[in-house]
Amino acid sequence: MNRLILILPLVGFLALSGLLYSGIGKDPSVLPSALIDRPAPDFAVPELLEPTRTVGKADWLGKPYLLNVWASWCGACQIEHQVITDIAQSGVVPVYGLNWKDERSEALRWLDHFGNPYAAIAHDPENEVGIDFGVYGAPETFLIDAQGHVRFKHVGPLTEKILNEQIIPILNEVGGG
Amino acid sequence: MAPELGQLCLILGLLLAIVQSIFPIVGAQRGNAAWMAVGRHAAAGQFTFIAASFALLTYAFVVQDFSVAYVAQNSNSLLPVHYRFSAVWGAHEGSLLLWVLTLSTWTIAVAFFSRSLPEAFAARVLGVMGIIAVGFIAFTLFTSNPFLRHIPALPEGRDLNPLLQDPGLIIHPPMLYMGYVGFSVAFAFAIAALMEGRVDSRWIRWSRPWTNVAWAFLTLGIALGSWWAYYELGWGGWWFWDPVENASFLPWLAGTALIHSQAVTEKRGGFKGWTILLAIAAFSLSLLGTFLVRSGVLTSVHAFASDPARGLFILAFLGIVAGGALILYAIRAPKMPMGSRFSPWSRESLLLVNNLFMTVSAVTVLFGTIYPLISDAFGLGKLSIGPPYFALMFIPLMVPVVIFMAVGPFVRWREDRVGNILPRLWPYALVSVLGSLGIWFLVDHFSIRAIAGIAGAIWVATLTIRYLADRLKATRRVTRGMAGMIIAHLGVAVFLVGVTFVETVGIEKDVRLEPGDTVEISGYQVQFVGVQPRTGPNFRADRGTVEVTRNGKPVTTLHPEKRLYAGGGQIMTEAAIDPGLTRDIYVSLGEPLGTSGAWAVRIYIKPYVRWIWLGALMMMFGGFLAATDRRYLREARQAAEIPSSPAEAPA
Repeated sequence: MNRLILILPLVGFLALSGLLYSGIGKDPSVLPSALIDRPAPDFAVPELLEPTRTVGKADWLGKPYLLNVWASWCGACQIEHQVITDIAQSGVVPVYGLNWKDERSEALRWLDHFGNPYAAIAHDPENEVGIDFGVYGAPETFLIDAQGHVRFKHVGPLTEKILNEQIIPILNEVGGG
Repeated sequence: MAPELGQLCLILGLLLAIVQSIFPIVGAQRGNAAWMAVGRHAAAGQFTFIAASFALLTYAFVVQDFSVAYVAQNSNSLLPVHYRFSAVWGAHEGSLLLWVLTLSTWTIAVAFFSRSLPEAFAARVLGVMGIIAVGFIAFTLFTSNPFLRHIPALPEGRDLNPLLQDPGLIIHPPMLYMGYVGFSVAFAFAIAALMEGRVDSRWIRWSRPWTNVAWAFLTLGIALGSWWAYYELGWGGWWFWDPVENASFLPWLAGTALIHSQAVTEKRGGFKGWTILLAIAAFSLSLLGTFLVRSGVLTSVHAFASDPARGLFILAFLGIVAGGALILYAIRAPKMPMGSRFSPWSRESLLLVNNLFMTVSAVTVLFGTIYPLISDAFGLGKLSIGPPYFALMFIPLMVPVVIFMAVGPFVRWREDRVGNILPRLWPYALVSVLGSLGIWFLVDHFSIRAIAGIAGAIWVATLTIRYLADRLKATRRVTRGMAGMIIAHLGVAVFLVGVTFVETVGIEKDVRLEPGDTVEISGYQVQFVGVQPRTGPNFRADRGTVEVTRNGKPVTTLHPEKRLYAGGGQIMTEAAIDPGLTRDIYVSLGEPLGTSGAWAVRIYIKPYVRWIWLGALMMMFGGFLAATDRRYLREARQAAEIPSSPAEAPA
C-alpha cells in the first residue's frame, strides 16, 4: 500500500508526459467541425461598437466572408491580429468579428490598442452564438459562403500560410472575393 | 572566426559536462577518491568554456556580425549598444545559452562551497548537476545553435523584438533563470540523498540557503516580468495567467512549499519524503516550463519560436530527469526513516497545510495551463479556459494559506495545545475585520473580495509583528533566518494590499480628447496638450503631452508614446506613468481620431499598485536574508577550514 503511494508521482508524471507527447508536432489548429458545408447557425446580436444596432447572419449574406472569433483576454488573438488586419485591408474577403465571452469595455479598449480591422463585430458575452457555432476557444475563424454555409473552420491563430493555402483556394472555388 | 570559436567552446563545455556527470557518480559508488575529485575540476572547466562561449556570442552582437544568423535575426545596426547586450538572450537560442551559463555558474558555486560535505555526497551532487548540464548543452548545440552562419552575411539585421527593448527585460530573464536553475541544486541534493538512501539533517541544512536564494531570485524574476507587462504591454494589467507566466509561477509554488518543508526536515527530521519529492517537483516544473514555452504545444503571447524537434528533445530530457528521479524515489524512499511524530496541532501540521495548499495550487495552475492539451487528447477539442478559471480556483486556495501562515510561527513544534493559541488570536481576528471595514468605509466601497483581502493583510501583518515582539521580549535576539521569514510574511501582507486595491477600486477611463481638453478623474485634472512627432534611434513616435494637476497645483507632466519601429514595422504603445506609493497615474495613447488632433486616451488611476511589487521584493529580500543565517555561515566557515576531507567508504 505504502509502496503504491510512492509510485503515484511517477504514474502522474508518465500520464503528463504522454499528454505532452501527444501535443508535439500536432498542428494545434486542425479541428474538424460538424458544421462544414452546413448552413451556419442563425444569429442576431448587438453590434459591439454600436450596441443599439443588431447584426447577424442575415446582414452578411450574399458575399463570402470570414467570421473571426476573438476576445480581449485571448493572447493568441494578438498574435493573429496583424494577419486579420492584412486580410481586411487587402480586401480579399471581408472580415467580421465575433467578440466572444468578453466585456464590452475590455473589448473596446483592446480594439483601441491594437486597431479594429473588422467590418462589423457581433458581441456575444454570454456564449450564445459561440455555442451554436461550436466554438472551443479563441481565436477561431470560420469561412462562410454567400449562401451562408460554413466552408472552412480554423482553430488557433490565423497565419498567412493558412490564408494562402486553404482559405484562398476555397474562396476561388465558391467564387468569392 | 569568433562564432566558430564560440561553438568550439560550447562543444568543450559539453565534453567536460559529460566527464562531470560520469566520474564523480561512479567514483562515489566505488569509493574511488580520485574519480570523485574529478567533479570539481570538470565543473570549473565547464564554467570557463561556457562563459567564453557566451562572451563570444555577446561579442558578435556588439560588433554586429550579421553573418551569424541569430545576430541578424535579433539585432539591427540602429539598435542602441546596451540593448545589443540584452539581445543576446532576446530569442530562443541565446536565452538557452544564458540558461546553460546560469547552470554552470550555480555548479561552480556548489563545487566551491561544498567542501564541508562528505566527499562522496558532494561528488554525487556535482554529478547530477553535470547530467543536467549535458542535457542542456546538447539541446543548445543540436537543436538551437546560436552560432550558425548565414553566408553571405546579411547587410542589415531584422532588429530585436521591440517589446524586449526595455530595461526591465534586460534583467528579467537572467533573474528568472537564476531561480529556475537554482532549484537544480535542491534537486541534485535530493537525488544524491536518494542514491545514498538516507537524508542527513546536516545536508538539508546545507541545501536550505541554496533553495532560499533560488526562490528569492525566482520571486524577483516573476515580479520583474509582472512589472514589465504592466508598463510595456500598455494594458495596466499586472498578471494575465498566460501559459508563459504560469510556467514561471509553477516552480515558484513548488519552491515555496519546498522551503517550508525543508524547515521541518532540518529542525525535526520529518517530511523527508516530502522534501525530496518537492525538490524533484520544483526543478521538474522549471523544466516543464521550458518545454511549454519552447515546444509550440500551447499558444501564448510571448512564446518563443517553436519547433517540434525542440519540443521532443526537452520532453525526452524531462523524461530522463524527472522520470528517473521519480523511479529512484519510488525505490529508495521507503528506506527513509520517518521523522518524529507530531500531533495535529503543531507547527509541523501548519507547515503541512502550507505544503498541501501550495501543491494543490500548483496542480490547479498546471491543469489550467495544459487544459487545451488534455481536452484535445480526450477528443473534446482544444478548449482554453482563460483567466476566469484561475481566479475562481486560485483565490479560494490561498485563503487558508493566508489564515494559517500568520498563526504558524506561534505554534510549537511537535505538539501544542489549541487552548494556548486560540484565545490570543480572537482580538487579532476582530481587529482585522473591523480595520478592513473601517478602511473600506473611508474609501466608500464594499465587496466581499475587498473586505477579505484587506482583513487578510491586517491579520498577517499584525500577527507577524506580534510574533517579532514576542521573540524580542523572550530572547532579545532575532536570527537572520527568523528575520527573513518575518519580512517575507510581511511582504505577503503588502502584496495583498496592492492586489486588493488594484482589483477592486482601480479607475480606468477611456476618453476622446482634443488638444486643450481636460478630464477630471478621482481628484486629478488631466489636460491633454497634444501630440508631437519624435524620432528615436530605431523608431519614429507620436509623443503625447499630458499635464496632470490637482486643485490647481501641478502634479506631473506625462509623455505617452505610440512608436513605429523601423526594422520590423511593429507599433508599440509606451505608457507614461507617474508612480506613487499610494497610486499610479497611468496614461497611454490609443488611436488618433479624425483630423482635429484628437486622440483616444486611456487614463488609469491604479491605487497601491506598487505594493504588489513591493511585497514581492520583500519576499525576495526575506529569502536572501534567511539564506545568510549564521548557522549556514558557520557551515561555510568550516568548509574553508577543511581543505579537503578524505574520501568516505562507499555507502
